[in-house]
Parts: sequence; C-alpha cells; structure tokens
Amino acid sequence: MKQLTRRSIIAAAPAALALGVVPRPARAAKYAPGVTAKEIKIGNTCFYSGPASSYGTIGRAMAAYYKMVNDQGGVNGRMIDFISYDDAYSPPKTVEMTRKMVEQDHVFLDAGPLGTPTNSAIWHYMNQKKVPQLFVSTGASKWNDPKGHPWTIGWQPNYHMEGLLYAAFALKQQPSAKVGVLYQDDDFGKDYLRGVSDGLAKAHLKVVVAASYETTDTTVDSQVLAMKSAGCNVFMNTAIPKFAAQAIKKAAEIEWKPVHVLSSIGASVAATLKPAGFENAKGLVSDFYLKDPTDPQWKNDAGYKWWIGFMDKYYPKGDKTDAGNVYGPSNAATIVQVLKQCGEELTRENVMRQAANLHNFTLPMLLPGITINTSPSDFAPVKQVQMARFDGKAWRLFGPLLGSAVG
Amino acid sequence: MTTPQENTVTLAAGGRERSAGAAAWPAPRRWVLAGAVAIAFVPPFVFHGFVIFQLTLVMIYGLAILGLNLLTGFNGQFSLGHGAFYGLGAYVTAIMMQRWGVAYYWTLPAAGGVCFAVGFLFGLPALRLQGLYLALATFALAVALPQLLKFHGVESWTGGVQGIVVDQPDAPAFLHIDADQWLYYFTLAVVLVMFAGAANLVKSRSGRAIMAIRDHPTAASAMGINAPLYKTLTFGVSAFYTGIAGALGALAVQFVAPDSFNFLLSISFLVGLIIGGMGSLPGCLFGGLFVLYVPNIAESVSRGLAGAVYGVIMLLVIFVMPSGAAGFTRLALARLSRSRNRQPPAQR
Repeated sequence: MKQLTRRSIIAAAPAALALGVVPRPARAAKYAPGVTAKEIKIGNTCFYSGPASSYGTIGRAMAAYYKMVNDQGGVNGRMIDFISYDDAYSPPKTVEMTRKMVEQDHVFLDAGPLGTPTNSAIWHYMNQKKVPQLFVSTGASKWNDPKGHPWTIGWQPNYHMEGLLYAAFALKQQPSAKVGVLYQDDDFGKDYLRGVSDGLAKAHLKVVVAASYETTDTTVDSQVLAMKSAGCNVFMNTAIPKFAAQAIKKAAEIEWKPVHVLSSIGASVAATLKPAGFENAKGLVSDFYLKDPTDPQWKNDAGYKWWIGFMDKYYPKGDKTDAGNVYGPSNAATIVQVLKQCGEELTRENVMRQAANLHNFTLPMLLPGITINTSPSDFAPVKQVQMARFDGKAWRLFGPLLGSAVG
Repeated sequence: MTTPQENTVTLAAGGRERSAGAAAWPAPRRWVLAGAVAIAFVPPFVFHGFVIFQLTLVMIYGLAILGLNLLTGFNGQFSLGHGAFYGLGAYVTAIMMQRWGVAYYWTLPAAGGVCFAVGFLFGLPALRLQGLYLALATFALAVALPQLLKFHGVESWTGGVQGIVVDQPDAPAFLHIDADQWLYYFTLAVVLVMFAGAANLVKSRSGRAIMAIRDHPTAASAMGINAPLYKTLTFGVSAFYTGIAGALGALAVQFVAPDSFNFLLSISFLVGLIIGGMGSLPGCLFGGLFVLYVPNIAESVSRGLAGAVYGVIMLLVIFVMPSGAAGFTRLALARLSRSRNRQPPAQR
C-alpha cells in the first residue's frame, strides 16, 4: 500500500506537468483587456489600512471623480469601472493585488497607484506584462525613465527636483549658506536631502547638519537645537506637518532666524502653520503646484469653487482641508484626459502614446500657469512649481514658475 | 522528490505509536497525507498565474509560521520578531542573486545559514529572558530591521529605501511550464522537505527534549537535558526555517524593501500560528491561508471597516476553534470516531 501510494504520486507528477503544456485558448482581441463597447475597467492600489492609511482618502477621492465622470456620460460614451484594492502600504500585498487586477479582473491599466516602495515592487512586472502603470502617485525621481521602463509614467514634481530648487533659492539669499536639513528617515526624506546636497554641490558647498527623524518620534527639538548650535543660517524643513510645525515653533522659541524653507510636504496652512503659530511662520518660503485648499486666497477662484462643488456632491465625507483630496481628482482627471485622447483606439500601446502626448493640459486645482506636458522622452507630467512666501495669513506666490530646467 | 514522501509516510507510521488520540485512524491519516500531497500538485493546471502566485505565498507563509511554531509551539519560547528573520532571508537571497549573480537555488541554504547563525546568537542573550520579556526583546528585532536595512553604511548592498528588484527564476526549458508554475513546484518541493524535516525533528530524541523544556524546564534539566543548548539551537533552527521562507518570498514577490518587513509581518506570523494551532505541523499551512486570504476577505466585506471585519473574523475563529485549526480537526475526528465506534459495539 505504501509503495503504491508513493509510486502513483511520482508517476502522476510528470503526467500532470505534461497537461500544463496545452495552450489556453486565446481571447477575442477586438478590444484590449478591460475595454468593451460600454465600459473601461481600470485598476488602482491605495493604502486603506495599515500605518499610512491616512493617504487612503486619495483613492476615495479618485473613485469620487470617476463617479462624476460617469454621471456626465463617461469617456467617449464608455463608463469607467474603477477597481481600487487595499495594499496596506506593504509591497508584497501590492504585488498580489496588482496581479489580481491584471490577471483576474483584466483591467485595462493601473491608474495612479500610491506609494514609492509599493510602486517599485510592481515596476518590473508591469513593464514585463506591458500594462500601463499610469501617473504613479509618488514623488520619487525614478519614474521618469521612458527608455528603461516605457510602461510606467510619473505625475507630480519629484522631491529631488524640489530639493534642487530649495538649494538654488537658498544660495541666492545666502551665498555662503550653512545649510541644516531636517528630513524623514525614509525614501521621500532622503530624496529631498539628496536634492539639496546636489544643489549645494554646484556651489561647492555641503549640508552642514543633516538631521533625520522617525515618524514615531515625539519631538524634533534636539535636531533644531543642533542646527542652531552648528551655526546654520539656512534651514530646510522637509518634515511632514506635525514635525514641521514643531520645528517652526522651536526655532522661534530659541530665536533662531535662518532662511527657512518649508518643503511642499509640510506646507499646509491648516496642518502646519496654524499649529505652529502664524506669527512664528511669517517669512517662511515654500513651493506649490496644487492649490492649497486651506489657503484663503483661493476663496473666489473658479477652480477652487469647482473643487468645493465636486467635494460636496461626490465626496461629502471627505476632509476639505486634506491636500490628498485635491491630489486624487487631479490625478484621475489626467487619466481621463489620456483615455479621451485615445478615442476609439483603446489599446495599451495607444494609452502610453497618448500619456506621452499631453500638451498644455490644465486642471482646475493646478496653480495658475502650470500645465501638464509630456513627450516620448519626457515622462514627468507636472514639473513646474512656484515659490511662495507666508505673509502671516496666506501663502503669497512670487517669482516665475520654476521647472526641471533647474535640474 | 522521493525523500519527503518516505519521510511523511514514516511520520504517519510513527505517529500511531505516540499519540493516543490518533490511535483510531492511522491508516486514514496516511491516505490523507498522500492525498494532500497529490492535490498539491494539481493547482498549476487549473488556475491562472495570479492564483498560483497566491498559493505559493500561502506555502511560504506556512513555512515561516512553521519556523515560529518550532520555537513557540514546541519549545515554549515566544517571539514577536520572526518577521526580521523572514526579511533577513529575503535580503540574503536578493543580494546574492542581484549583486553577486549567484543562482537562486544556492541562495536558499545561504539564507537559512545566515538566519540560523543570527537566530542562534540572538538565542544566547535571550536565554536570560522568559515569556513576555522575551517577546519584547524579539519585538525589538522586528522594529529594528527596517531601519537597519536603510542604514547608509549598507546601502550599496541593500539598496536602501529603494530596495532590490529580484529576477523571477525561469523554469528549466524541458518542462515547458511558465515561471509562476515552476516557482510553485520549487516552493512545494522545498516546503515538503522542510516539513518532513520538522516532523522528524519533533519525534526524535532532540524533539522530545525540546518539548520537555516547554512542559517543565526544571524536570527537563533534572533528566539531564542541556536546556540552554537546546533553547539556543531551537532558536537557530526556527530562524533557519523562517529565513528559508523569506528567501522563497523574495523569489515569489520579486522585490525586497525595508517596508515589506515591518513589525506587522511578525504579528501576522503570530496570528497565523495561533489560528493554525500551536504545536501542529499541518496547522501552519492553515495559518498561511489565514494570513494571506482573510485580509482580502475583510476588504471585500467592507473597505472602510476592513480592520474591524478582520478582527471579528479572528474573534470568531478563536471562539470556534480555541486550540487552532489543528486542535479543532483533532477534536472533530475524535468525536466522529467515537460515535462510529459506539454504533457497532461488537466490532472491537
């Protein structure tokens, strides 16, 4: 009995293997996968649970935008079926959920998946499978790689470029800059630090104090003190709102008055400047590409009014002070534009052709003058920002639009 | 492929003498094992790539949980840090393959070896810690690993926060199967060997010593068991198992990054262990199923309340099966055979 069992399994294995050779029947190739005469199915991964779940609102705001598009008749008559899975900010889960939507749900493309490590995990897979990984929601600089990864395209200005801009600005103010950088000890923080370092290197300068923090820290007081005692006269504050606010407060407390640059990550009026105290925040400099929904100067702006209307109707539960709710629909609108440009040729190849063929495309919540432009050799859609100074009440934009030319 | 077969069959035979509860069903048990192994060969012909990938992950998580089980279930030492060994194994494989060009199958023993050494060394100071304190100490491992991987000094190896992309191994050309199917069978083979090894270990002299330490450390020492040695060795072997699971995980996911191996991974291994059943080998695979599928089920029930749904499912499972899936099955089988024996009383 023992013998028989063992032998039969061993005998069955190659037979079973041989069965696998039989090719599966090919699908009818009238449209690309996920596209029918009435519908376009697109996928997405976002963090609805886990340590970064506060970003989940981006996915919800995207879903709300697609609902609005469908209510208005869809894209060229086709409804958008938006499937968004939770990956809990865990790269293995992103691989699992992305494979699920590509191989089982047969989505047409992956629309604005969130996160740097999570997108890195599916980067090769998407390019191997030739499924568009469109407008990834991350500011890492590596997504602009049309030659190496022709199926992946970024969306927002990257942190490295912003770091370069901050360095250029600081050098103009303080030619003999002694720069202190406060950064988060992870991918986005290090991208900023690298950008600032690269920018300073052009003037043969170095970052004097590079102080990191962990999201689990309670304060960043000691980091700020270290910069002051090292004699820094430029402070690059690239922290997330909670810590950025602490640092602003602490700098005021110890009467340290450097050229203070706040990164776009922490530039929210409601989340950073209010808790830090408007008096302490006066004179701070930052950069923007989207309109800050908490900034009173947009109250009567047509784009802002559209956004408030959209939020009221399609995402009433959404927090109107959360920049993620500006980001989501802006990103989704770019996807919709690409699908519109595709017309009736809804193939994955054409999607990438059209994604690389955006010209002077504007969005209601982009800063006035900023346009989205791509080309077959340029996979960085939004690459303009404008500097702004906080006057004690609101951010006042100044200077020209700055672009990747600086990089 | 013959070795694991022989081992599993002898396990069934050996199990008959030892465990009183299984006395009523030694022959069916052998068939169940053989059947389970036979069924394990089938999925690649039935399902598409994605499901195969999921099932491969189930086996890998099951193997990682087996590692934890050897330590916690059989030796009574708690660990909240096995995600760190899993991550370490994954990184050893990724670095060897992508930085040094080593073939993927050679990286498995290396990953296991490194984890064994680290586990053994960690086991030495851990000897002084008991119960909850040991759990906390191992938890520190899990919390520290992602930051150590980002450390600037090792960035040229680990790729820092960007991680390392791992090439998926291709199937040998003569088999005519795709990479997912091949990885499934490769994982299955490794998992069978590892489970057979664990089964042999558990019922060996050393295994009895390991369990004696769990049940009564003082009595075990009195009987001449070198408790410190066995405890540190168990720590090493446990890390070895979880490290090999991590290595397989790197091949399956094709990407390693610090964020893949945060402390939540360690917690999910512990959840898998308790749900599957402490001190049960097949229970580990059930634990793997739970770890992979239940979050997906929870999300499909309600996105906003996914965490709460997950909690409810976990509570239900623990109430229905307080001794894990393995204990539940054992109980159900015992009850079944008892009622069967009662009907024809003259038979025995």
